[in-house]
Amino acid sequence: MRPLANRAVFFTSKTRARTVSLDKDQVQHIAVLARLKLADDEFAETVDKLSRIVDFVDQLSQASTTDVVPMAHPLHETQRLRADEVTEPNDRDHVQENAAAVADGLYLVPKVIE
Amino acid sequence: MADLHQKSLLQLSKGLAAGDFTSVEVTSALLQRIASHNDTLNAFITVTAERALDAAKKADSERAAGNAGVLNGLPIVHKDIFCTRDVLTTCGSKMLENFVSPYDATVVERLQSAGAVMLGKANMDEFAMGSSNETSYFGNVHNPWGLDYSPGGSSGGSATAVAARLTPVATATDTGGSIRQPAALTGTVGFKPTYGRVSRYGMIAFASSLDQAGTITRTAEDAALMLGVMAGFDPRDSTSIERDVPDYLAGLGEPLKGLRVGIVKQHFDDGLEEHTGNAVKEALKVLESQGAVLVEVDLPNLDLSVPTYYVVAPAECSSNLSRFDGVRFGHRARDPQDLFDLYCRSRGEGFGAEVKRRIMTGTYVLSAGYYDAYYLQAQKVRQLIADDFKKAFKDVDVIAGPTTPTPAFKLGDKTDDPITMYLNDIYTIGANLAGLPGMSVPCGFVDSLPVGLHLVGPHFGEQVLLRAAHQYQQQTDWHEACPEDFK
Repeated sequence: MRPLANRAVFFTSKTRARTVSLDKDQVQHIAVLARLKLADDEFAETVDKLSRIVDFVDQLSQASTTDVVPMAHPLHETQRLRADEVTEPNDRDHVQENAAAVADGLYLVPKVIE
Repeated sequence: MADLHQKSLLQLSKGLAAGDFTSVEVTSALLQRIASHNDTLNAFITVTAERALDAAKKADSERAAGNAGVLNGLPIVHKDIFCTRDVLTTCGSKMLENFVSPYDATVVERLQSAGAVMLGKANMDEFAMGSSNETSYFGNVHNPWGLDYSPGGSSGGSATAVAARLTPVATATDTGGSIRQPAALTGTVGFKPTYGRVSRYGMIAFASSLDQAGTITRTAEDAALMLGVMAGFDPRDSTSIERDVPDYLAGLGEPLKGLRVGIVKQHFDDGLEEHTGNAVKEALKVLESQGAVLVEVDLPNLDLSVPTYYVVAPAECSSNLSRFDGVRFGHRARDPQDLFDLYCRSRGEGFGAEVKRRIMTGTYVLSAGYYDAYYLQAQKVRQLIADDFKKAFKDVDVIAGPTTPTPAFKLGDKTDDPITMYLNDIYTIGANLAGLPGMSVPCGFVDSLPVGLHLVGPHFGEQVLLRAAHQYQQQTDWHEACPEDFK
């Protein structure tokens, strides 16, 4: 699989009109990063549509953004911190009613360590 | 009392207070309408009939005891993105097909405490990702103005329920236009407050820096009434703003004389369908006749708002939706080989195509080697767009224009090309990127399909927006038009 990072060099040029369409290997790699298993019949469509989306958003490279500070919050607020105090009741059993597999208050997953 | 379903929230409130009818009567009448029309419209994922009647009875006895809250006994529908304790909360997804929320969203809690009676949970695009309600796992919603048309999305169920007179008001959410676009396409009033004005706690997250809860109503007055209850600081939402909640109903009567209304030239260029544009221009003339002054404003970076959004929103969505792992809640794949397989198949099976595309777009723009080029660049352009608005609001009080480029489109018309669908939100996305309040108000019809007038205000400019919309509704009756089969 071709590492995604190899294509980053593409973005050093800002004037060249281009398409940055993704290929099958890249889409497969993104799917793995995103923890998504795509069915065979949806894979081709995903490659096509994802490529169109990436081509579309690529027009952002044309914008001149020298010295612009990236937005962190639309109202420029800073993150509020709360006091380190218990505020919520322990509702574990009720919360775990939505889990597919639990035992003794623990969530069950396939064995991780052999 | 045959016309209870035609009454606004405020009218119902007055009628309940005067003893003209009871909450049980209102609730029963609307539940009956939902039962007769929902098969046709598919506006609801869940109808909570029994619970609603119990709540109505309780509201009636509270009123009799002299303890009526501000929304006592008034019917409401919640978009199925809001967690409702012990009620199915699906977010329009197979992933949450069986999810029964263990808690209430703050919005739900506040409305309930004020006495509102929930009728049910409204259909929506899956995880609010869509502009046509066609990405819902529970099937698309039909537009009451033409059943083969989309009601827009993602709050298509909320908008349709209000337009078809199945409820006077519904909650909704707006990340890129998801309140205002469906409101425009169904002839209803859609209101999205300033980012942080209404708590996001218990509102299933899509893009946390853009998401904001609001309302679909038929009048600006009802939006004001609802907002007064919904807005305000919530310690459970770390981006909730600490700021007093004004009396939103108080200033609505003030005339528009001298109101400076900004017009963005690019909003009326080739991208706007001609008749839609004419309806909006007529609306601007009405505002002018009421004393408003039209001023041309420039938003030079506006054409980059859709691509900016489709980097920022998917990036945040890919992060937010990582919580759906098949372990703690949501769909879980059968017979997983190992943990990795459990994650990949649970998510692959549980999410629909559009949600997967957005997660993958977000994963791509955040991945090593692409972060600077896409995500960081988008956040810079986003700042430029916000700066444009800030500059414009030095000269004007509100910005007005079309909500959507065209009236409602046919179901299936835009599902092939994601970009065509994304461009539906071209006029609404800017407000989300800049965190501004925005609303859509019915302003006419094109071929019997509604058109919306879009109003955007400065941060915390809710009052001026509601006032402009209310005054406009005093001069016009577009919002009173009811689709023929739903009278």
